[in-house]
Amino acid sequence: MTDETVTEPLGPVTTLATPIRLDFEFTPGVAQSRFLRGLEQGKFMGQRCPKCGKVYVPSRGSCPTDGVPTTEDVELANVGTVTTYCVVNVPFAGQSIEIPYICAQVLLDGANLSFMGLIQEIPTDEIRMGMRVEAVWVEREELKPSLASVRYFRPSGEPDADYETFKEYL
Amino acid sequence: MSAGGGRTVRPVAVASFAQSQNVRRDDEHNEVEMLMPVVAEVFGNIGITKDDVDFICSGSTDYLIGGPFSFVTALDAVGVWPPRAESHVEMDGAWALYEAWVLLQEGEIDAALVYAFGRSSPGNLNEILSLQLDPYYLAPLWPDPVSLAALQARALIDAGKGSEADFAAIASRSRRDAMSNPKAQVAKDIPPATLLEEDYVVAPLRRHALPPITDGAAAIVLAAGDKAGLWSKSPVWITGLDHRMETHSLGARDLTSSPSTTRAAEVAGVADGPVDVAEIHAPFAHQEIIVKQALGLDDTVTVNPSGGPLAANPLMSAGLIRIGEAAASISSGRAKRAVAHATSGPCLQQNLVCVLEGE
Repeated sequence: MTDETVTEPLGPVTTLATPIRLDFEFTPGVAQSRFLRGLEQGKFMGQRCPKCGKVYVPSRGSCPTDGVPTTEDVELANVGTVTTYCVVNVPFAGQSIEIPYICAQVLLDGANLSFMGLIQEIPTDEIRMGMRVEAVWVEREELKPSLASVRYFRPSGEPDADYETFKEYL
Repeated sequence: MSAGGGRTVRPVAVASFAQSQNVRRDDEHNEVEMLMPVVAEVFGNIGITKDDVDFICSGSTDYLIGGPFSFVTALDAVGVWPPRAESHVEMDGAWALYEAWVLLQEGEIDAALVYAFGRSSPGNLNEILSLQLDPYYLAPLWPDPVSLAALQARALIDAGKGSEADFAAIASRSRRDAMSNPKAQVAKDIPPATLLEEDYVVAPLRRHALPPITDGAAAIVLAAGDKAGLWSKSPVWITGLDHRMETHSLGARDLTSSPSTTRAAEVAGVADGPVDVAEIHAPFAHQEIIVKQALGLDDTVTVNPSGGPLAANPLMSAGLIRIGEAAASISSGRAKRAVAHATSGPCLQQNLVCVLEGE
């Protein structure tokens, strides 16, 4: 050390940063693997509860209402209904899509559970509950066992769904 | 009574117990799929359904699979409709059983499902478990649980309370006994002398003194009074239950003793009668010496006839399994009175003691 060494007191420690990162191997399980393999083939696969008949997509292997295994695989339509939505105008860290964009709950035809999807090819002020949408997939050779295989949903051009048909899923 | 541990006021029984096969890595099933057969079995054993229990309590930690709210989604394995009272502890399932037992003692409920799931394999346990330590002084150093256990084992040797040969004898006995437990993960008959030829993982602990990494799940149905007798031909009664903990600062503890276990054993009434079997949740071989002494058990007591956590250590489930195995030793006629112990945290941080008796 030289004479130039700072000798001023540094003051009390007020913050302490301890970076933490953990890595995990994800196990999707039997049911969710079917869903992911379906995405790899460009289709939505769900499962039906043998007791109440409801179709879950993706299924985690059980009916959350009845607690019984869902064993019957059901291929769902490529089209569905926007049950509710959000127009995202606020930038945040890690954002990969240009704002503003539409995030919506899409109830696929034949399903009893909606899931979140990106809506594109429509001005944000035209999105509405009940809008009919269809999935736009990545190119065939780019399909993967991941929701990234679905690029987004876009208006299908069909007339809006009647509120009565999706009010249960809000 | 107050919502604390102690002797039973209202008779409560372990009416049914089930556990999954314990394996090194279950890469086929998600948590719901792991739990569903266990829940179905624990109800099926006594011919009841989810509609027959008033309360559900689970023990698990999201840190193990890195999945937020995995404890909520796990409820899909039971199917909670119509809605009912439900709770969760970020602890081993033995503490979930404690919560249910307190509600049963207070007379708020008549029956409860307790379950636990532990998928220990998806992440690096040495890193994950170091995060349960005090976040200012210990966790930033990332001390892994094996090294901490080795410090404890070293202290035990230095205090003249145990030797490496003792650790090997415990591991050898546990895994030999596990050969009669079809759910065990590590079951083999290797003499202590052979085990002592292994290299150290962290001195003075060799591989045999460490628990296996285990994926597994378990469930118990607790029932009060008449309901227990109605459901089960051989209900096993919980006569005392208590849990205590040590200070969180490892440096402030005598790692060679377990005063929290001793206190829990006093409150639960371990010494009120002879103990035939003890299921001790000592993940590291040397910890069995500490817990056995803290419980006040002598060498007439059969310890871990199931093989214990050295034969299968599904995190968050292994403590609940000790209660289930202790109950099973009574219902099979092997024991009249048994003690189950569960632990959580580094170096026996938290300890739970449960006393069980047959009719």
